[in-house]
Amino acid sequence: MVQANPEGPKRLALIASKGTLDWAYPPFILATAAGAMGWEVGVFFTFYGLTLLKEDIEAAVTPLGNPAMPMKMPFGPDGFQNIDWPIPQAAMSIPGFNSMATSLMKQTFKNKGVAAVSDLRDMAVDLGVSLIGCQMTMDVFGFSKENFIDEVEVGGAATFLEFAADSDIQLFV
Amino acid sequence: MNTVQVDREVDCSGMLCPMPIVLTTKAIKELEIGQVLKIIATDAGAPPDMAAWSRQTGHEIVETNENDGVYTFYLRRSN
Repeated sequence: MVQANPEGPKRLALIASKGTLDWAYPPFILATAAGAMGWEVGVFFTFYGLTLLKEDIEAAVTPLGNPAMPMKMPFGPDGFQNIDWPIPQAAMSIPGFNSMATSLMKQTFKNKGVAAVSDLRDMAVDLGVSLIGCQMTMDVFGFSKENFIDEVEVGGAATFLEFAADSDIQLFV
Repeated sequence: MNTVQVDREVDCSGMLCPMPIVLTTKAIKELEIGQVLKIIATDAGAPPDMAAWSRQTGHEIVETNENDGVYTFYLRRSN
């Protein structure tokens, strides 16, 4: 992460702080889109966002405590797929419910033509996006650099802030 | 009728954001300056995104058209 060149491309600085499947998308979508437009992009992964740097992304999602999340089926006729199933909160705590909700969301995304999170991450790497792991939360959660894909660099708040100070856009996701 | 000479074509049918512009960027880098890339997309967000991509990268949109939800873009590599 170097000082911005005033003649250089636009810069985008992102903080990715969430590790659920739904929130894994925004930082990688914005990073790849900006990279595709020739911008310089740095994403700082902190707290639960760190899990998105692991070789195998195991991000899951649950509608529990998330009443805005539609529960729809990714198969069957259109009318059936459009039903938002009224699942009771208590049923969402049954073992296996999270993995079911996660596979339904993955299947829906796939059916609609959305790339998988791991594919978006590969594209981000190809486009030269910098992926920075937060050292402090790595220590707290017991991660080391070896737990992550090779392209990850490690840094702290000052590393991110210096990059962000020279960026045109800074977003916390 | 299209009279633009096309040097490369990429079909992004069925793909959603940000795939069309990511694949467009990949493909245009493989062209020479002045050559034309044809992109086909069905993502309804593609027209405004492709316009923004063109403004940001400087590559020119030579022609675009839409037929029954299928968008076609002719893009000239400019730099």
